[in-house]
Amino acid sequence: MIDVDVAVIGGGPAGLAAALSAYRNGAKNVWLLERNPELGGILPQCIHDGFGNFIFKEMLTGPEYAQRYIDEVKKTGITVKLNTMVLEMGPERLIAVNPKDGLLDIKAKAIILAMGCRERTRPQILIPGYRPAGIYTAGVAQRYINMEGVMPGKKVVILGSGDVGLIMARRFTLEGAKVEGVYEIMSNPGGLTRNIVQCLNDYDIPLHLSHTIVNIKGKKRVEEVTVAQVDSQMTPIKSTKRDISCDTLLLSVGLIPENELSKMADVAMDPITGGPVVDEAMETSVSGIFACGNVAHVHDLVDDVSKAGETAGKGAAEHISDKIKKRKVPVIVKGGRNIRYVVPQIIRNEDFDKRITFYLRVNDVEEDVKLVLLSGEKLLYKRKENVVKPPEMVRLTLLSKFLENVGNELTIEAQK
Amino acid sequence: MKKHRFVCIDCPLSCEVALTEEDGKILEIKNNRCKKGEEYAIAEFTNPVRILTTTVRVEGGILPVVPVRSKGHIPKKLIRECMRELAKVEANAPIKCGDMIYENVLNTGIYIVSSRDLQEDEA
Repeated sequence: MIDVDVAVIGGGPAGLAAALSAYRNGAKNVWLLERNPELGGILPQCIHDGFGNFIFKEMLTGPEYAQRYIDEVKKTGITVKLNTMVLEMGPERLIAVNPKDGLLDIKAKAIILAMGCRERTRPQILIPGYRPAGIYTAGVAQRYINMEGVMPGKKVVILGSGDVGLIMARRFTLEGAKVEGVYEIMSNPGGLTRNIVQCLNDYDIPLHLSHTIVNIKGKKRVEEVTVAQVDSQMTPIKSTKRDISCDTLLLSVGLIPENELSKMADVAMDPITGGPVVDEAMETSVSGIFACGNVAHVHDLVDDVSKAGETAGKGAAEHISDKIKKRKVPVIVKGGRNIRYVVPQIIRNEDFDKRITFYLRVNDVEEDVKLVLLSGEKLLYKRKENVVKPPEMVRLTLLSKFLENVGNELTIEAQK
Repeated sequence: MKKHRFVCIDCPLSCEVALTEEDGKILEIKNNRCKKGEEYAIAEFTNPVRILTTTVRVEGGILPVVPVRSKGHIPKKLIRECMRELAKVEANAPIKCGDMIYENVLNTGIYIVSSRDLQEDEA
């Protein structure tokens, strides 16, 4: 059995930042376990720019952003294990495997979960029709084009307006394919506004809101998809059905945190985020197991993922040195009116840092709202927002003095 | 007087910048939360520019392509022509992040550089 201080599972942006932070906060023997042959997670295939605006005050591409963290990790004594798959996990214990070391039985004083998320696929959204070649999730097509140098198709329809789908609409167009349109079942786009502008509008690619795909045709390769408008109940309207000729269908219909290992260790899950319940140090319900990045909840921006990694790494280092004093009764954080979720879901530590950041998402688009923080009836903090949108995560950073008189429950809500 | 609305793409805040002009002369720019929004609106109105990111073919690397980016903005109307130029390029591994891949693309004065390290394929 190998004894380590901190084991980080996943070498993407969350894991890289977490490992660095644990190391810099005094953890000596830090292991970073990555199942791919290289570090960086999804970033190496995200070749577009727009990363690092908050952390580096620059517009970097995904590979450049990853490279900065990888270079930092190389300067430390962090042990990186590539091609390494973690098979089993319990409190303080991991079983992993790689082709060089064989089976690794690891005892870790703290574990950081940074496994990220994966794309929702066709069976999860139940599109009727044939099952021909030519149906890809947007991220798979992204890998084909940007890393394997292969074009997956020439005439493309995209279902869902998540950011990866929008980015791929532009990418396919630049590489000479024809993107027939992006179809989104909701009445609002799923991705960031700037991606609608620079990926669709720049290339005259139409975005059809309140539309979905009701059939896929073609026995060997996709030949046509049938699209239809949906009503307010999201039921397709028959009279609006039309066929679109294409050879490729891309799905950009959401991301799901990858938590098989977390569940194995009996970490308590939040059914709304799809990730573990975490406190302000990103510690889960199991003492010594931390979670950060898209495994905890799906982020829009990699900068926020890195920040969460930093918090988790620091938390793990402090857990080892027994620096954290826990409150007798934790504070439960709840989402009120028009709030879908808040992370952290719980505040547990006696003295948290000078500030605490809440990440939240709203249910519906709303203009001119006040975001308020309540302890029972008592107003602790409020902030005006011109507009809040479900695809754009809201960051609420508060100095700890606002939370001095907090009771045992905290509610964040959007008030009209 | 004519009003234009530009969504700034410089950061995720996506400010909706309002630009007012008369006969091509800019009179007012508002609703931007920082200086970049103003610069963006002026550029969108006069000469829209973009960062180009794509891949070029690689000989002898662990991957068959390497991601590249323009080191600076390229006029939007030249983006497709740049793509056709870069389609002819083949780089040789090993490549370091930031290595020059293509000089002065289409006489814009802009360099195309690699955006990752790419090791040689040992096999």
